[in-house]
Amino acid sequence: MHLILFIVFAGFCLAGAVNLLLQTHPINSALSLIVVMTSLAVLYLLLGAEFLAAAQVIVYAGAIMVLFTFVVMLLNAGREERTLGSRAALVVGFPAVVALLAVAATVILHTQGLGTAAMRDGITSTQELSTMLFTKLLLPFEVTSVLILIAILGSVALARSGEGERTPGE
Amino acid sequence: MNGSLHLWLIPLLPFAGFLLNGILGRKLPKALVTAIALLAPLGAFGVVLNAASSIYMHFVPPGPGYGNISLPHVENHGTWINAGLFHADFSFVLDQLSLVMLLIITGVGLLIHIYSVGYMEHEDGYWRYFAYLNLFLFFMTVLVLAGNALLMFVGWEGVGLASYLLIGFWFRKTSAVDAGKKAFIVNRIGDFGFLIGMFLLLANFGTLTFSDIAATLTANPAWTGGVLTATALCLFVGATGKSAQLPLYVWLPDAMEGPTPVSALIHAATMVTAGVYMIARTHFLFDRSPYALGVVAVIGAATALFAATIGLVQTDIKRVLAYSTVSQLGYMFLGCGVAAYSAAIFHLMTHAFFKALLFLAAGSVIHGMGGEQDMRKMGGLRERMPVTFWTMTIAVLAIAGFFPFAGFFSKDAILYAAFAQGGTSRVLWFVGLVTALLTSFYMFRLWYLTFMGESRNHDVHPHESPWSMTGPLVILAVLSACGGWIGSGRFGEFLSPAVGTKTAEAGSGSLELILSIVAVLVAAVGWYIADQIYRAKPERAASLATSFAGPYNLLAHKYYVDEIYGLVIVKPVLALSRFFLEWVVDVAILGGLAWLLGGIALLCGAILQRWQSGNLRSYAAWLAFGAAALLLFVLLPWTSLLAGVGIHVGMVTHQ
Amino acid sequence: MNSNYAQLLQQDVPLSWYLLLSAVLFSLGIVGFLIKRNLITVFMSIELMLNAVNLSFVTFAHQWHAVKGQIFVFFVMMVAAAEAAVGLAIIIAVFRARATLAVDRIDLMKL
Repeated sequence: MHLILFIVFAGFCLAGAVNLLLQTHPINSALSLIVVMTSLAVLYLLLGAEFLAAAQVIVYAGAIMVLFTFVVMLLNAGREERTLGSRAALVVGFPAVVALLAVAATVILHTQGLGTAAMRDGITSTQELSTMLFTKLLLPFEVTSVLILIAILGSVALARSGEGERTPGE
Repeated sequence: MNGSLHLWLIPLLPFAGFLLNGILGRKLPKALVTAIALLAPLGAFGVVLNAASSIYMHFVPPGPGYGNISLPHVENHGTWINAGLFHADFSFVLDQLSLVMLLIITGVGLLIHIYSVGYMEHEDGYWRYFAYLNLFLFFMTVLVLAGNALLMFVGWEGVGLASYLLIGFWFRKTSAVDAGKKAFIVNRIGDFGFLIGMFLLLANFGTLTFSDIAATLTANPAWTGGVLTATALCLFVGATGKSAQLPLYVWLPDAMEGPTPVSALIHAATMVTAGVYMIARTHFLFDRSPYALGVVAVIGAATALFAATIGLVQTDIKRVLAYSTVSQLGYMFLGCGVAAYSAAIFHLMTHAFFKALLFLAAGSVIHGMGGEQDMRKMGGLRERMPVTFWTMTIAVLAIAGFFPFAGFFSKDAILYAAFAQGGTSRVLWFVGLVTALLTSFYMFRLWYLTFMGESRNHDVHPHESPWSMTGPLVILAVLSACGGWIGSGRFGEFLSPAVGTKTAEAGSGSLELILSIVAVLVAAVGWYIADQIYRAKPERAASLATSFAGPYNLLAHKYYVDEIYGLVIVKPVLALSRFFLEWVVDVAILGGLAWLLGGIALLCGAILQRWQSGNLRSYAAWLAFGAAALLLFVLLPWTSLLAGVGIHVGMVTHQ
Repeated sequence: MNSNYAQLLQQDVPLSWYLLLSAVLFSLGIVGFLIKRNLITVFMSIELMLNAVNLSFVTFAHQWHAVKGQIFVFFVMMVAAAEAAVGLAIIIAVFRARATLAVDRIDLMKL
């Protein structure tokens, strides 16, 4: 059961990611990314992280991706045009990526002692999570909320149209 | 108890005088400058007298602290260089030789300082002059007191520096500046020889301290010739430069551009005698090399004759005296060359007296004539400047070698030593004799032209010089008259602990007597000829000049030596160095280097500039590349991979 | 045959597969960063990379039965949210200045 679920949703992940790369209109890419996120939520659930699965759907797929979609629509971004490319990206970047992937894969596959995941494995309850969060890691938690506040302030400051702003034009 | 003689005061007082006058002199009133400047040599002279009395007062019932000091007296003021096997100290050595030299330097120096007060009274650079003069005294005393060759070299170079500063004292006058440069450069050539000599000493003896070298040589009586000859010859090259012998004498006549007291002190009495002193100081080296001694003697005699011939026809009063100095120095080297060191030093002493007197008297004449130096425009000064006249007469008699004046005894000692050595030295004796004739001739020529006859110059009204100038003249005249009475025998005995016993032997009476009578006769012949040409029939001088026009011109132009040197040495060197510095160093090397560096910077910049493109994707690509590289570096097992290829990298084990 | 499939169905999933998936997603994220020409899409690739990392964290949390791994994921999500907000605000500002979202045209620091 676990295996089938894994294969299906891993497949969705990969398909969504590849589609993200292949699509030319950003809104399509955004929608593919949403697919990836939700599939990842299921995978989290398979690994026993129920709270994170929920958070993934609510925060990532539900808030962040919506934000992305809003911005795409706000800026009326159209299909990508052909622009002058970057040769360095092709010559240097792709081999780097391949190397990275190769190394990671080698390490992962050669590691001894990795266990398995199964349906019968226990789920980490939200209680465990919150106990840890609100007792030992209280300070980082509070700091994170301040961080979000700052982020809000920052984005408002950056994104609003001030008086005397230049009209867009080259 | 062996008390300290405070030898360090002897150089230090003049140095303090130099510092005070040099730094503050411009602002101080003239009286204060004079006081500082005179106190320095006075103090130094006092210390020397105190030292002499401390040593020799055992003739008198000794007071506390007297009479227990033995010579040589060494004062060590600390280590200077201690590098491996080479060791050099700041050590001052007082022995009979340096004592004699110090008495001359500080005594005659003091007299010349006093004279300068009157002579330089109206000069703007009054303070500067005395500062330089004190500096000279400092370096000269260091030279004489030095216990090792390195410290002596410091003094050696320093007196050259002081000489340069003083020759070029009137620095706005091009000829003076050029003369100063010439003196310094020619001296430098000699100093190169001195340096090579020092290197050879160091290589063969491992030390530069004179007493150590002497001890080593005494311990090896069989060691002669070879490298010792080379060392001695190199040192002699240095002496030729400093003491104006062939071929490096050319700077001395030009050095007359400096003020006359400078000529008296530096270029007659003290600095130029440094070469003679140096040879006497290192006599133990020369004694082991008959070849080197022969060279010294030949060059000394040749220079004496050569310079005397040039002096015959010079018209500038100071030039005559300059060539005369070169000639007399040749005598001293002749004395050294026949190993009669004490005779040479004896002549050095008497020469200091009468040559300083000659120069100072000439200065008095020039001062009285308002700056005129051409003897053809002088005459009839006998009545106008009586003190100068009489003192100069004594000096002329002394240098010509008439009994009983100082020059007679010392010149005689040298000639006798040359004759007594036999063989080729007899030729040198003859050369010395001819030179004595010429010396007598040109000195009396000078005397007649300057003082006798009618005045040939009606524009100037000469007057006698003030007592600050004539006082030293009188003192020096007394010394020139009596200075030789100690006799070369007793003098040789006195110096023998320092310079060897060869000339302590008194001559076999009759031979010496005959030779001295011959010398006096020769001098009288010279006087007679001068009398005939310049007093009896003065127009004979001009007619002789025209009838012997060829030789006369040759001599008047100093054998064209300066021109030859200029053509053969100076011009090529100048052209070569100009070419080298301008084209090779400046354009090729420096320019090329600058171009290269600039080019590299530009090239690197051009290459690196392409990396900063502003292109976001390329930045991202390089980021990924860097991350991959780091990861590879950390994760891959490099040692085993490299070992598989065959490169074995040693791992540092951490303890 | 049924039992074979049944057996297959009962098999556990080795955690290395999760990690491999994470690595592949990460690489795809980088590739997207490199080849995409729209600024917003580039940003989305970054989010993909973050998610890949989150997956590996959860995997290891499962491996070691450590809650801390999941808490880290929690914090990553928070920071990613903040970062997305600010980043998109910047993109809007850039768009206002440059009137283009093509990555290659935005190559000057001066706005």
